[in-house]
Amino acid sequence: MAVRRMTLEAREARLAYWMLAPTFAVILLIVLFPVLLNVWLSFKAVTLADLRAPVPVANERVMQQPEAAGDELVLRLTMRNGSQRITLFGVDWQKTLPAGLTLTSVEPRCAQDGRTVACAFGDWEGGYRETLELTFVADAAYLQAGSPDVREAPTDMRARAENVITNLVFTLDNYRRVFTGTDFWASLRITLVYTFFSSVGSILLGLFAAQLLNSSFRGQGLLRGLFLFPYVAPVIAVAFVWAFFLDPFSGTVNALGQRWDLLAGPVNFLGQRSIDLSFFGASFAFPLALATVVAFSSWNYFPFAFLFILARLQAVPVDMYEAADVDGAGPFAQFWFITLPNLAGILAVLFLLRFMFLINKFEDIFLLTGGAAGTKNLPVLIYDEAFARSDIGAGSAVAMVLFLVLLIFMVVYYRFAPENE
Amino acid sequence: MMSATKAITRPRFSLASIVIAAGVGSLTVGMVVALWALVATVVGGMVTTLPLGQALLVGLVLGAVIGAFRAHRDTPVVIAIAAGLVVALVWLLVSGFRPLGLEAVEPVWGVAYAFIAMAVAGHLVRYGLRDFDLRRPRRDVIERVIVRLLRGFGFSFFAVIILFPFWYMLSSSLKGRAAMLRDPANLAIEFGLGVRGLLVGYREVLFTFDFLNFIGNSALVAFVTMVVTLVMAVLGAYAVTRLAFPGRTFLSRSILLIYMFPAIVLVIPLYAVFTQLGLRNTLPGLLIVYPATTIPVALYMLRSYFQTLPKDLEEAGLIDGCTRAQVIWRITLPLSMPAIASVGLYVFMIAWNEFLFAFMFLDNPAIFTLPRGMVMLDSQEVPRQYLMAGAMIITLPIMLLFFWFEKYLVGGLTAGGVKG
Repeated sequence: MAVRRMTLEAREARLAYWMLAPTFAVILLIVLFPVLLNVWLSFKAVTLADLRAPVPVANERVMQQPEAAGDELVLRLTMRNGSQRITLFGVDWQKTLPAGLTLTSVEPRCAQDGRTVACAFGDWEGGYRETLELTFVADAAYLQAGSPDVREAPTDMRARAENVITNLVFTLDNYRRVFTGTDFWASLRITLVYTFFSSVGSILLGLFAAQLLNSSFRGQGLLRGLFLFPYVAPVIAVAFVWAFFLDPFSGTVNALGQRWDLLAGPVNFLGQRSIDLSFFGASFAFPLALATVVAFSSWNYFPFAFLFILARLQAVPVDMYEAADVDGAGPFAQFWFITLPNLAGILAVLFLLRFMFLINKFEDIFLLTGGAAGTKNLPVLIYDEAFARSDIGAGSAVAMVLFLVLLIFMVVYYRFAPENE
Repeated sequence: MMSATKAITRPRFSLASIVIAAGVGSLTVGMVVALWALVATVVGGMVTTLPLGQALLVGLVLGAVIGAFRAHRDTPVVIAIAAGLVVALVWLLVSGFRPLGLEAVEPVWGVAYAFIAMAVAGHLVRYGLRDFDLRRPRRDVIERVIVRLLRGFGFSFFAVIILFPFWYMLSSSLKGRAAMLRDPANLAIEFGLGVRGLLVGYREVLFTFDFLNFIGNSALVAFVTMVVTLVMAVLGAYAVTRLAFPGRTFLSRSILLIYMFPAIVLVIPLYAVFTQLGLRNTLPGLLIVYPATTIPVALYMLRSYFQTLPKDLEEAGLIDGCTRAQVIWRITLPLSMPAIASVGLYVFMIAWNEFLFAFMFLDNPAIFTLPRGMVMLDSQEVPRQYLMAGAMIITLPIMLLFFWFEKYLVGGLTAGGVKG
């Protein structure tokens, strides 16, 4: 008896693959395949409208209605290719006529078979239009039936079209447009500034918060929960809140600032590209809206850094501080020479993680400013290109650039992050 | 012992302690007054100015008084509070009974507020200096004083930046447009309106704008996402931690990287494909995408937890004749309930809060989730009150859930949790 024997290892591996199969399938379909498709799309001229398959369109109008048997019925077809760019192949039109009508026009593309008149129009290029008049002779049967409206007779019009997504026409135009336009380079700079300062801001706030809560006192758990609020709350809710209380005319911050003489006049925190600040005579343009967005993101994500830093702080052996106390080191020296070196690893990892998340952060800026006033980062630019300007190809090209930048950081993370941090 | 004997030989009066205490007093009173003015305005609905200069000056005096009463021990509590009250009285007299920048408030209450605030300030100054020998301050004592000031500042700062936005959300969801425009700084809740009057925004948003339905959609989407994610992640994490197979190390390290794949890069191709497949404007479409975005992080978190579980129990189970499925069901799952709860809650939170895909995919109001509903509300020029009521409706459930399971969630987040 031939029994297929498997070694224990092989069986275990097979079981593992079965257990991982659903995860693999989902990730392959929804994460990896879209990324590849994105590469594909970035080399194609595709607009939002192209995503729906193009169809031929025909409007029918009866130009002449028969009065008596032997009279003519003239049907005018105003036809066009529904797409401006995509060719339709094998455009067919057919209609089941009411009884008693016979096609008489000399139209080589059309023929009548029983009550069905069928036209084969061949291929139509994008934007193709044609007006065609078909003439029929009506007999008594048609008039007896009460001269039914031919337009309401069942009609079928179909064509094949190349799927713009699957065809093999490629172009470099998307990339050419992206790299030669000024939008992209400005956006890249804004993205890097936003990402860097938001990462640093959230980590500094998190470090400060962790220092505050790194001692046991009553209510510490409750406070820790409270400190996580900005992170847990839905971004759409808190973004609206920020936009409202920063409003130049009906926002609390401006009202209070003016009442307390901290602000000279209403400040449009989210709508003003830059303000001139002067420090000791030297004045410079401060990117106000961008700074406000950075403040929002730092606020939004500091609890994340806070949690990790707190966990790490609590793992620093207490005797290090005790030894430092004995040596007469003050709290600043202790922070500098004990706390910071102990945190260096986690701070680096946090920075990398935060950077990778923030570089493709869409919601924050989109909801706060919509990308106005010098805050349009790459994700918002992708949205703008692909959906506001309906240019899927250009959006994909920007997305590819963003992905490549991110890939560099992923490689860095993969190489340097400890296996279990 | 040493220091006690030394203390007796030193003079009782010390200029250094007065100077340090005056500095601490100045900064403390400055902070107390600023916080007081903020709370009085945005919670109490009073009209205040911010007399920061006065406050710093008054604090200087208060600190000096408290410092003068320190000798070889801390200032007695009674003296610190009494000093606060006396300073408050002087301030009241000098400012013509308009303490702390209050302009139009009942005189009795205004005076009471001033006394309370300064008594608290006096106590805080004493508290900030306690246990320190200030007569000949060494460098580390000065540093410790600064650290205490920083802690005081830190707690006030975080209290303000965390609580203010949520207070704003709550308060303006209960306030009509007219009240909001009359004084944007006044965020007091007008209890005079009665419950019906206060909740007008909630009623409109829930019933007229159909948020009741959106809550159901969001809950459904989040719940299904959570269940699907947990099932797949438990299987995957078990395989990665307990079974040996080729490619295991690589996979184990790549999981988190998959999670880093940006949603904004996925959204265009998914939009294109889902449009062509007719999945775009549907809840099943959303339910295909959400688990895909949460499984990697859930798997990663569970993996970290499974690694801490002892293998012995499972091996014993296997030897006793359990199948793998039985081992997972009877041993691994019960042991990892805390981690599963925390990961589940976390995934629920991500799905509940998700904005981008809901925004891009859903056009049909019958299947909107809450974030998509908020965008719709925003595009309809409704009063700010309604939007804030909507924000409360989307925020409150997740906050309650989170506070309920706070302990689990914090554990889960630090076990490798990462949210975008």
